[in-house]
Amino acid sequence: MEAALQTNIQTCHHCGDSCLDELVLVHDKAFCCAGCKTVYELLEENNLCTYYNIEANPGISGKVRTPETHFAYLDDAGVEAQLISFKNDTICKLTFYIPQMHCSSCIWLLENLFKLNAGVSESTVNFLRKEVSLTYFHQKTTLREVVMLLAGIGYEPEITLADTDGKKTSRPNRTIIYKLGIAGFCFGNVMLLAFPDYLAVTEGLQRTFGSFFGYLSFLLSLPVFVYSARGFFTSALEGIKQRMVNIDLPIATGLLALFFVSIYQVFTGTGPGYFDSFTGLVFFMLIGKYFQQKTYDTLSFDRDYTSYFPVSVTVLKGGKEESVAVRNLQVGDRIRIRNQELIPADAMLLHGQAMIDYSFVSGESEPVEKVVGEVIYAGGRQVGESIEIEVVKEVSQGYLTQLWNESVFSKQEKQSINTYANTAGKWFIIVTLLVAAGALFYWVPRDTEMAMRAFTSVLIIACPCALSLATPFVHGHTLRVFGRNRFYLKNTNVVETLAKIDTVVFDKTGTLTEPRASEISYSGKALAAEQEQSIKAVLSHSTHPLSQRIYQSLSGKTVEVQHFEEFAGKGLVGEVNGSIIRIGSAAYLGVKMDALNDTLKTTVYVSVDGVLLGFYTFYNVYRQGLKDVIAQISDKKIAVLSGDNNHEEARLKELLGSGAALNFNQSPVQKLGYIQQLKNEQRQVLMVGDGLNDAGALKQSDAGIALTNNITNFSPSCDAILDASSFNKLSTFLAFSKKTMAIILATFAVSLVYNVIGLTLAVQGLFSPIVSAILMPISSLSVIVFATLSVKFAAKRAGL
Amino acid sequence: MYIIFLMIAISVAVAAAFLGAFLWAVRSGQYDDDYTPAVRMLFENEEMPAGKSEKKV
Repeated sequence: MEAALQTNIQTCHHCGDSCLDELVLVHDKAFCCAGCKTVYELLEENNLCTYYNIEANPGISGKVRTPETHFAYLDDAGVEAQLISFKNDTICKLTFYIPQMHCSSCIWLLENLFKLNAGVSESTVNFLRKEVSLTYFHQKTTLREVVMLLAGIGYEPEITLADTDGKKTSRPNRTIIYKLGIAGFCFGNVMLLAFPDYLAVTEGLQRTFGSFFGYLSFLLSLPVFVYSARGFFTSALEGIKQRMVNIDLPIATGLLALFFVSIYQVFTGTGPGYFDSFTGLVFFMLIGKYFQQKTYDTLSFDRDYTSYFPVSVTVLKGGKEESVAVRNLQVGDRIRIRNQELIPADAMLLHGQAMIDYSFVSGESEPVEKVVGEVIYAGGRQVGESIEIEVVKEVSQGYLTQLWNESVFSKQEKQSINTYANTAGKWFIIVTLLVAAGALFYWVPRDTEMAMRAFTSVLIIACPCALSLATPFVHGHTLRVFGRNRFYLKNTNVVETLAKIDTVVFDKTGTLTEPRASEISYSGKALAAEQEQSIKAVLSHSTHPLSQRIYQSLSGKTVEVQHFEEFAGKGLVGEVNGSIIRIGSAAYLGVKMDALNDTLKTTVYVSVDGVLLGFYTFYNVYRQGLKDVIAQISDKKIAVLSGDNNHEEARLKELLGSGAALNFNQSPVQKLGYIQQLKNEQRQVLMVGDGLNDAGALKQSDAGIALTNNITNFSPSCDAILDASSFNKLSTFLAFSKKTMAIILATFAVSLVYNVIGLTLAVQGLFSPIVSAILMPISSLSVIVFATLSVKFAAKRAGL
Repeated sequence: MYIIFLMIAISVAVAAAFLGAFLWAVRSGQYDDDYTPAVRMLFENEEMPAGKSEKKV
């Protein structure tokens, strides 16, 4: 659009890509491909061009589109029944996950679907979850038509095996909001009723209505006690059952003391009670809980292979194509895999040219070529023509999926016990019990009533509410700071785990290396500019990824090529200006492989008129900032787990230093075992990986970080997701999480000051409801403010 | 001064009504998505038929 004024390259009106290879003009608007143009025309026809007014170039590139036949499985009644959440005589309701959703234009278009298909009655977007809830009339349209419409306008829903597992996505957990609402309501009203206590002028009021206010406060505190505060009591009980003290134990003791002392005072008419402090405390602590719980529930951290695998595949039975659910695939079934489709089970290639892209499995971006008779492992994606394969192993028994049969995946995640807060809680309760006993011991011979009062006051003031608020607020803010820098943690506990890490294990391909780039170097006889041009011309006719890489690295214009031919898995031949150019593998050009080392590298040879000129070698490109990251975590043990061969060993050694442990040719199960072994050595292991083959290692490690180029894409189950663009900040994140632990300690110190003041008053028997009503909120609030400000300050200093 | 009993009863009742409204709002899913509605309200609904412009939750 406007960018066209400066350069001659136009950007697509629909998707915003630059129109380099192709330029389609419609209505004076430029489009980069036919796909984008089609979507524009469809929207234009239906008067939906507002889509382009809300945001500039909001569309999704139409270059790669799934063929319509791919959706045939949606006509299957069984599949439909599993996807739909509600169905009656006229309507169906269901929810789709649409990862492509990215702007307000998307929301607008998806909520106006009824204009494109009259069968859709309503569509509501939840942008943060990237979901659209649809209601459609199943007499007017079908599920397949709806999905095809969505795919047609660029929003293809992601429907995977996990969706048909029967476990519907759970509704967001609202319990904490209910609890907070009720506690807030009760706190406000009880505080109002307690007001006459605070002020001397209202003493008359207090005398007349004191008991009424007391009973009413009691009634209002009941729901807080039985509902809102229940979490603290159950957690404390669980701790006792496991014979350990957690932070909730002193809290529960304090709350119980507060509540029952208040009941005693109100019912015996000896005092107004502490109901205001009690409800206030619960309310503040619930805010902390809410803060701790609020995390990136829009991202999925617990995906297994089922969320990656398709729902159904095309099976060939007696020469006919049939859509069969992946779950029902049997050994011996012949299946057809089309371009961009996934191999669902380990299978043998029967027919066609297989180019398997394993980038999600291993991080390797180069598609692997397979010949007829070879076994193709599940998880790869076919690129190119459609192929026929025969299943040799059931889906759940495959090379990759067997990882999920390992015990780590069935284990329940255990709560980390040795958190700072729990350790502090243990000491807290010991000290308070000692002080309480001391107070009792001192007062009993002098004044029994005073003794009771001092004893209960100590228990009340010992309630470490401020202490319990420190951790959630510091961690919650840290989570947000990381999130701003595209590092998304599963929950706040991960911050503490990250701070303790002493061993960092990296996957190589796709994690340390840039998956979409490789360095190319040429060795051999020098090429003349004319020869280079001819080579480029021949390469331009090939869609093979290696050809494309070399093509892009060569400069100059292409010339006409005659008699072009491509031999699958071997190479290319073409005639340019009378000379025959051959480009391809060593075997194709008849080059003898002398050293074993040569076979490990990816090389492409070139010959002109039968004379071998030289070869191109592909090197991995390591991620930007890798050296700095490694330098900053040099105090930790560093290891590399690679599924690849060791041809890059020398370069890795140079990059990571000699202390790094390098392991090559690691299978997914071996990776898992390696992490297990490190953990047995009492190390705190951080695993950074990206592919499905790291899934076991990520799960086994103390903290697993999945690296991804697009956070809405599939990533294996992990504790944190790191956007690849922030990889260079990894060491900063680790250092910052360490710093937050220091902040927590400082916050503990702040809250302890209040507890000491309270305790001094308590042992003297001077702790009254009014002191409690002032001290408790102040201590809570100051802890919240201190935690928030210090994390913000630290983040600024760390440059996050 | 006994009017205070009545007034407190009313004030608690009003507050309870608001609590009820809040709980209903949570239950009906208004707290599940705090982003999309903010964007949705800014859309022009010029060509929409009157009945369709309002989204039921």
